Amino acid sequence: MESVVDLVLLVLLAVTALAVLHVRNLVAVVMLMGVYSFLSAALFVVLDAVDVAFTEVAVGAGVSTILALGTLALVGARQKRHGKSPLLPLVIVLVTGGMLVYGTYDLPRWGQPDNPIHQHVAPEYLADHVPLAGGDGGALEVHIPNIVTTVLASYRGYDTLGETTVVFAAMVGVLLLFAGAGAGRRRRDPGAPTGRDEGGEGAP
Amino acid sequence: MRDQIILRIAAKLLIPPILLFALYVQFHGDYGPGGGFQAGVIFAAGVILYALVFGLERAKAAVPAAAVAWCGTLGVLIFAGVGVAAMLMGGNFLDYGVLLHDPSHAQHIGILLVELGVLVTVFGVMVTLFYGFAGRRRSG
Repeated sequence: MESVVDLVLLVLLAVTALAVLHVRNLVAVVMLMGVYSFLSAALFVVLDAVDVAFTEVAVGAGVSTILALGTLALVGARQKRHGKSPLLPLVIVLVTGGMLVYGTYDLPRWGQPDNPIHQHVAPEYLADHVPLAGGDGGALEVHIPNIVTTVLASYRGYDTLGETTVVFAAMVGVLLLFAGAGAGRRRRDPGAPTGRDEGGEGAP
Repeated sequence: MRDQIILRIAAKLLIPPILLFALYVQFHGDYGPGGGFQAGVIFAAGVILYALVFGLERAKAAVPAAAVAWCGTLGVLIFAGVGVAAMLMGGNFLDYGVLLHDPSHAQHIGILLVELGVLVTVFGVMVTLFYGFAGRRRSG
Protein backbone atom coordinates (compact mmCIF):
# COMPACT_ATOMS: atom_id res chain seq x y z
CA MET A 1 0.00 0.00 0.00
CA GLU A 2 2.75 2.40 0.96
CA SER A 3 4.60 1.74 -2.28
CA VAL A 4 1.43 2.65 -4.21
CA VAL A 5 1.26 5.97 -2.38
CA ASP A 6 4.97 6.50 -3.06
CA LEU A 7 4.48 5.73 -6.72
CA VAL A 8 1.50 8.07 -7.11
CA LEU A 9 3.32 10.89 -5.34
CA LEU A 10 6.52 10.42 -7.37
CA VAL A 11 4.57 10.34 -10.65
CA LEU A 12 2.75 13.52 -9.64
CA LEU A 13 6.12 15.09 -8.74
CA ALA A 14 7.49 14.24 -12.17
CA VAL A 15 4.35 15.57 -13.87
CA THR A 16 4.59 18.80 -11.89
CA ALA A 17 8.27 19.20 -12.77
CA LEU A 18 7.52 18.70 -16.48
CA ALA A 19 4.65 21.19 -16.23
CA VAL A 20 7.03 23.73 -14.69
CA LEU A 21 9.30 23.28 -17.71
CA HIS A 22 6.43 23.58 -20.15
CA VAL A 23 4.49 26.57 -18.79
CA ARG A 24 5.81 29.99 -19.78
CA ASN A 25 3.64 32.08 -17.47
CA LEU A 26 5.83 32.52 -14.41
CA VAL A 27 2.92 33.02 -11.99
CA ALA A 28 1.73 29.55 -12.99
CA VAL A 29 5.30 28.28 -12.53
CA VAL A 30 5.41 29.66 -8.98
CA MET A 31 2.08 27.99 -8.19
CA LEU A 32 3.33 24.70 -9.64
CA MET A 33 6.45 24.96 -7.50
CA GLY A 34 4.12 25.30 -4.52
CA VAL A 35 2.32 22.14 -5.63
CA TYR A 36 5.71 20.45 -6.00
CA SER A 37 6.54 21.48 -2.45
CA PHE A 38 3.27 20.09 -1.11
CA LEU A 39 3.87 16.79 -2.91
CA SER A 40 7.39 16.57 -1.45
CA ALA A 41 5.90 17.23 1.97
CA ALA A 42 3.43 14.38 1.44
CA LEU A 43 6.38 12.13 0.54
CA PHE A 44 8.17 13.17 3.74
CA VAL A 45 5.03 12.24 5.71
CA VAL A 46 5.03 8.81 4.06
CA LEU A 47 8.68 8.49 5.11
CA ASP A 48 7.66 9.36 8.72
CA ALA A 49 9.64 12.61 8.62
CA VAL A 50 6.80 14.83 9.82
CA ASP A 51 9.08 17.60 11.10
CA VAL A 52 10.70 17.91 7.68
CA ALA A 53 7.29 17.82 6.00
CA PHE A 54 6.10 20.59 8.28
CA THR A 55 9.08 22.76 7.37
CA GLU A 56 8.67 22.00 3.68
CA VAL A 57 5.04 23.09 3.72
CA ALA A 58 5.66 26.22 5.78
CA VAL A 59 8.81 27.40 3.98
CA GLY A 60 8.69 25.76 0.56
CA ALA A 61 5.00 26.05 -0.22
CA GLY A 62 4.17 29.05 1.95
CA VAL A 63 6.76 31.77 2.31
CA SER A 64 8.81 30.91 -0.79
CA THR A 65 5.70 31.19 -2.97
CA ILE A 66 4.90 34.62 -1.54
CA LEU A 67 8.48 35.81 -2.00
CA ALA A 68 8.58 34.47 -5.57
CA LEU A 69 5.30 36.23 -6.36
CA GLY A 70 6.74 39.42 -4.87
CA THR A 71 9.73 39.06 -7.16
CA LEU A 72 7.45 38.53 -10.17
CA ALA A 73 5.58 41.73 -9.26
CA LEU A 74 8.93 43.48 -9.72
CA VAL A 75 10.31 41.76 -12.80
CA GLY A 76 7.20 40.72 -14.76
CA ALA A 77 5.55 37.34 -15.21
CA ARG A 78 6.51 36.36 -18.76
CA GLN A 79 9.45 34.11 -19.42
CA LYS A 80 11.64 35.34 -22.26
CA ARG A 81 12.14 32.94 -25.14
CA HIS A 82 15.69 32.14 -26.06
CA GLY A 83 16.75 30.38 -29.21
CA LYS A 84 19.37 28.10 -27.69
CA SER A 85 19.17 24.41 -28.45
CA PRO A 86 18.21 22.28 -25.42
CA LEU A 87 20.35 19.39 -26.68
CA LEU A 88 23.54 20.04 -24.70
CA PRO A 89 21.75 20.64 -21.35
CA LEU A 90 19.70 17.48 -21.97
CA VAL A 91 22.84 15.41 -22.57
CA ILE A 92 24.50 16.86 -19.43
CA VAL A 93 21.42 16.11 -17.33
CA LEU A 94 21.12 12.56 -18.69
CA VAL A 95 24.83 11.80 -18.13
CA THR A 96 24.80 13.27 -14.60
CA GLY A 97 21.58 11.46 -13.72
CA GLY A 98 22.96 8.21 -15.12
CA MET A 99 26.12 8.57 -13.05
CA LEU A 100 24.07 9.24 -9.91
CA VAL A 101 21.89 6.18 -10.54
CA TYR A 102 25.04 4.12 -11.18
CA GLY A 103 26.43 5.45 -7.88
CA THR A 104 23.41 4.21 -5.96
CA TYR A 105 24.41 0.61 -6.73
CA ASP A 106 27.32 1.01 -4.29
CA LEU A 107 25.04 2.26 -1.51
CA PRO A 108 23.90 -0.14 1.22
CA ARG A 109 20.38 -1.44 0.69
CA TRP A 110 17.80 1.17 1.64
CA GLY A 111 16.15 0.84 5.04
CA GLN A 112 18.32 -1.98 6.43
CA PRO A 113 18.83 -1.55 10.18
CA ASP A 114 22.52 -2.56 10.03
CA ASN A 115 23.44 0.19 7.56
CA PRO A 116 26.36 2.37 8.70
CA ILE A 117 24.11 5.42 9.02
CA HIS A 118 22.01 3.63 11.62
CA GLN A 119 25.04 2.38 13.55
CA HIS A 120 27.05 5.56 14.13
CA VAL A 121 25.39 7.93 16.61
CA ALA A 122 21.73 7.18 15.94
CA PRO A 123 21.42 4.40 18.57
CA GLU A 124 22.71 6.75 21.28
CA TYR A 125 20.35 9.50 20.14
CA LEU A 126 17.38 7.13 20.04
CA ALA A 127 18.21 5.76 23.48
CA ASP A 128 18.52 9.38 24.66
CA HIS A 129 21.80 8.42 26.31
CA VAL A 130 24.90 10.00 24.75
CA PRO A 131 28.12 9.19 26.66
CA LEU A 132 30.13 12.32 27.44
CA ALA A 133 33.64 12.78 26.11
CA GLY A 134 35.33 12.70 29.53
CA GLY A 135 34.93 8.94 29.78
CA ASP A 136 33.87 9.13 33.43
CA GLY A 137 30.61 7.32 32.80
CA GLY A 138 28.61 10.52 32.53
CA ALA A 139 25.99 10.74 29.80
CA LEU A 140 23.81 13.39 28.25
CA GLU A 141 20.12 12.60 28.67
CA VAL A 142 17.45 15.06 27.61
CA HIS A 143 14.13 13.25 28.23
CA ILE A 144 12.03 14.99 25.59
CA PRO A 145 9.43 12.91 23.71
CA ASN A 146 10.16 14.37 20.26
CA ILE A 147 13.58 12.97 19.39
CA VAL A 148 13.88 15.38 16.46
CA THR A 149 13.76 18.37 18.80
CA THR A 150 16.32 16.72 21.06
CA VAL A 151 18.72 16.14 18.20
CA LEU A 152 18.19 19.55 16.60
CA ALA A 153 18.37 21.71 19.68
CA SER A 154 20.67 19.79 22.00
CA TYR A 155 22.78 17.00 20.52
CA ARG A 156 23.27 18.98 17.31
CA GLY A 157 22.96 22.46 18.76
CA TYR A 158 26.03 23.67 16.86
CA ASP A 159 24.41 22.83 13.53
CA THR A 160 21.19 24.57 14.44
CA LEU A 161 23.09 27.66 15.57
CA GLY A 162 24.82 27.59 12.19
CA GLU A 163 21.49 27.29 10.37
CA THR A 164 20.04 30.18 12.34
CA THR A 165 23.10 32.23 11.45
CA VAL A 166 22.64 31.35 7.77
CA VAL A 167 19.03 32.59 7.92
CA PHE A 168 20.30 35.76 9.57
CA ALA A 169 22.99 36.16 6.89
CA ALA A 170 20.29 35.86 4.20
CA MET A 171 18.44 38.76 5.79
CA VAL A 172 21.60 40.87 5.97
CA GLY A 173 22.30 40.14 2.31
CA VAL A 174 18.82 41.11 1.16
CA LEU A 175 18.79 44.24 3.31
CA LEU A 176 22.15 45.35 1.95
CA LEU A 177 21.12 44.66 -1.65
CA PHE A 178 17.79 46.47 -1.38
CA ALA A 179 19.14 49.35 0.69
CA GLY A 180 21.91 49.95 -1.85
CA ALA A 181 19.65 49.67 -4.90
CA GLY A 182 16.87 51.76 -3.34
CA ALA A 183 19.21 54.57 -2.33
CA GLY A 184 20.72 54.68 -5.83
CA ARG A 185 17.31 54.91 -7.46
CA ARG A 186 16.09 57.59 -5.09
CA ARG A 187 19.11 59.71 -5.85
CA ARG A 188 18.59 59.41 -9.60
CA ASP A 189 14.85 59.88 -9.66
CA PRO A 190 13.65 61.80 -6.64
CA GLY A 191 10.17 62.68 -7.83
CA ALA A 192 9.03 59.30 -9.15
CA PRO A 193 5.36 58.59 -8.49
CA THR A 194 4.57 55.41 -6.60
CA GLY A 195 3.48 52.74 -9.02
CA ARG A 196 1.49 50.65 -6.55
CA ASP A 197 -0.59 51.99 -3.72
CA GLU A 198 0.95 49.76 -1.08
CA GLY A 199 4.41 50.08 -2.55
CA GLY A 200 5.77 53.48 -1.65
CA GLU A 201 7.80 52.87 1.47
CA GLY A 202 10.31 55.65 1.08
CA ALA A 203 8.55 57.72 -1.56
CA PRO A 204 9.27 61.41 -1.05
CA MET B 1 -7.21 44.65 -2.30
CA ARG B 2 -8.44 46.87 0.53
CA ASP B 3 -12.06 47.00 -0.64
CA GLN B 4 -12.44 43.21 -0.84
CA ILE B 5 -14.69 42.70 2.14
CA ILE B 6 -14.70 38.88 2.02
CA LEU B 7 -10.91 38.74 2.00
CA ARG B 8 -10.72 41.27 4.80
CA ILE B 9 -13.17 39.44 7.05
CA ALA B 10 -11.61 36.05 6.28
CA ALA B 11 -8.16 37.42 7.05
CA LYS B 12 -9.37 38.98 10.28
CA LEU B 13 -10.79 35.62 11.31
CA LEU B 14 -7.70 33.69 10.24
CA ILE B 15 -4.82 35.80 11.53
CA PRO B 16 -5.33 35.27 15.30
CA PRO B 17 -5.55 31.45 14.97
CA ILE B 18 -2.47 31.51 12.71
CA LEU B 19 -0.45 33.38 15.34
CA LEU B 20 -1.81 31.14 18.10
CA PHE B 21 -0.99 28.03 16.07
CA ALA B 22 2.57 29.32 15.62
CA LEU B 23 2.93 29.57 19.40
CA TYR B 24 1.45 26.08 19.79
CA VAL B 25 3.94 24.70 17.26
CA GLN B 26 6.71 26.49 19.13
CA PHE B 27 5.92 25.30 22.63
CA HIS B 28 4.63 21.87 21.67
CA GLY B 29 7.79 21.13 19.69
CA ASP B 30 9.08 19.05 22.58
CA TYR B 31 6.18 16.62 22.23
CA GLY B 32 5.11 16.69 18.58
CA PRO B 33 6.34 17.84 15.22
CA GLY B 34 7.41 21.45 15.15
CA GLY B 35 9.90 23.84 16.61
CA GLY B 36 11.38 27.25 16.15
CA PHE B 37 11.80 27.16 12.37
CA GLN B 38 8.23 26.16 11.59
CA ALA B 39 6.75 28.39 14.28
CA GLY B 40 8.74 31.39 13.06
CA VAL B 41 7.57 30.88 9.49
CA ILE B 42 3.93 30.46 10.55
CA PHE B 43 4.06 33.55 12.74
CA ALA B 44 5.58 35.47 9.83
CA ALA B 45 2.83 34.11 7.58
CA GLY B 46 0.26 35.74 9.85
CA VAL B 47 1.94 39.13 9.45
CA ILE B 48 2.40 38.62 5.71
CA LEU B 49 -1.29 37.77 5.30
CA TYR B 50 -2.15 40.99 7.13
CA ALA B 51 0.15 42.95 4.83
CA LEU B 52 -1.31 41.32 1.71
CA VAL B 53 -4.91 42.09 2.64
CA PHE B 54 -4.65 45.39 4.48
CA GLY B 55 -1.65 46.89 2.71
CA LEU B 56 2.01 47.24 3.52
CA GLU B 57 1.62 50.60 5.24
CA ARG B 58 -0.76 49.29 7.89
CA ALA B 59 1.31 46.15 8.39
CA LYS B 60 4.38 48.28 8.96
CA ALA B 61 2.43 50.44 11.40
CA ALA B 62 1.53 47.32 13.38
CA VAL B 63 4.86 45.50 12.98
CA PRO B 64 7.58 48.06 12.23
CA ALA B 65 10.25 47.10 9.70
CA ALA B 66 13.05 48.14 12.04
CA ALA B 67 11.65 45.92 14.80
CA VAL B 68 11.55 42.79 12.63
CA ALA B 69 15.08 43.45 11.40
CA TRP B 70 16.17 43.65 15.04
CA CYS B 71 14.29 40.39 15.68
CA GLY B 72 16.37 38.71 13.00
CA THR B 73 19.50 39.71 14.91
CA LEU B 74 18.14 39.17 18.41
CA GLY B 75 17.32 35.50 17.84
CA VAL B 76 20.89 34.61 16.88
CA LEU B 77 22.09 36.51 19.94
CA ILE B 78 19.68 34.55 22.17
CA PHE B 79 20.89 31.26 20.71
CA ALA B 80 24.58 32.11 20.96
CA GLY B 81 23.96 33.77 24.33
CA VAL B 82 22.67 30.51 25.77
CA GLY B 83 25.88 28.88 24.54
CA VAL B 84 28.04 31.56 26.12
CA ALA B 85 26.02 31.39 29.35
CA ALA B 86 26.73 27.67 29.49
CA MET B 87 30.44 28.43 29.06
CA LEU B 88 30.36 31.04 31.82
CA MET B 89 28.75 28.53 34.15
CA GLY B 90 31.54 26.05 33.63
CA GLY B 91 30.31 23.87 30.77
CA ASN B 92 31.09 23.67 27.08
CA PHE B 93 29.54 25.97 24.48
CA LEU B 94 25.82 25.09 24.13
CA ASP B 95 26.11 22.47 26.89
CA TYR B 96 22.78 23.22 28.57
CA GLY B 97 23.31 20.70 31.36
CA VAL B 98 25.10 23.23 33.56
CA LEU B 99 22.47 25.95 33.32
CA LEU B 100 20.42 24.63 36.24
CA HIS B 101 20.98 22.32 39.14
CA ASP B 102 19.19 19.35 37.57
CA PRO B 103 20.85 18.53 34.21
CA SER B 104 17.70 17.11 32.61
CA HIS B 105 15.65 20.15 33.62
CA ALA B 106 18.47 22.39 32.40
CA GLN B 107 18.38 20.64 29.04
CA HIS B 108 14.68 21.47 28.74
CA ILE B 109 15.28 25.12 29.60
CA GLY B 110 18.21 25.31 27.19
CA ILE B 111 16.20 23.79 24.34
CA LEU B 112 13.28 26.13 25.08
CA LEU B 113 15.59 29.14 24.94
CA VAL B 114 17.42 28.22 21.76
CA GLU B 115 14.13 27.34 20.05
CA LEU B 116 12.92 30.78 21.09
CA GLY B 117 16.02 32.23 19.47
CA VAL B 118 15.30 30.32 16.26
CA LEU B 119 11.66 31.50 16.32
CA VAL B 120 12.62 35.15 16.74
CA THR B 121 15.28 35.03 14.01
CA VAL B 122 13.17 33.14 11.47
CA PHE B 123 10.14 35.38 12.10
CA GLY B 124 12.24 38.54 11.79
CA VAL B 125 14.02 37.39 8.65
CA MET B 126 10.89 36.18 6.84
CA VAL B 127 8.97 39.39 7.50
CA THR B 128 12.02 41.49 6.61
CA LEU B 129 12.39 39.63 3.32
CA PHE B 130 8.70 40.14 2.56
CA TYR B 131 8.85 43.84 3.43
CA GLY B 132 11.94 44.14 1.27
CA PHE B 133 10.31 42.57 -1.79
CA ALA B 134 6.88 44.14 -1.35
CA GLY B 135 8.25 47.57 -0.61
CA ARG B 136 10.02 47.98 -3.92
CA ARG B 137 8.38 49.56 -6.91
CA ARG B 138 8.44 47.82 -10.24
CA SER B 139 11.38 48.97 -12.30
CA GLY B 140 10.72 50.02 -15.86
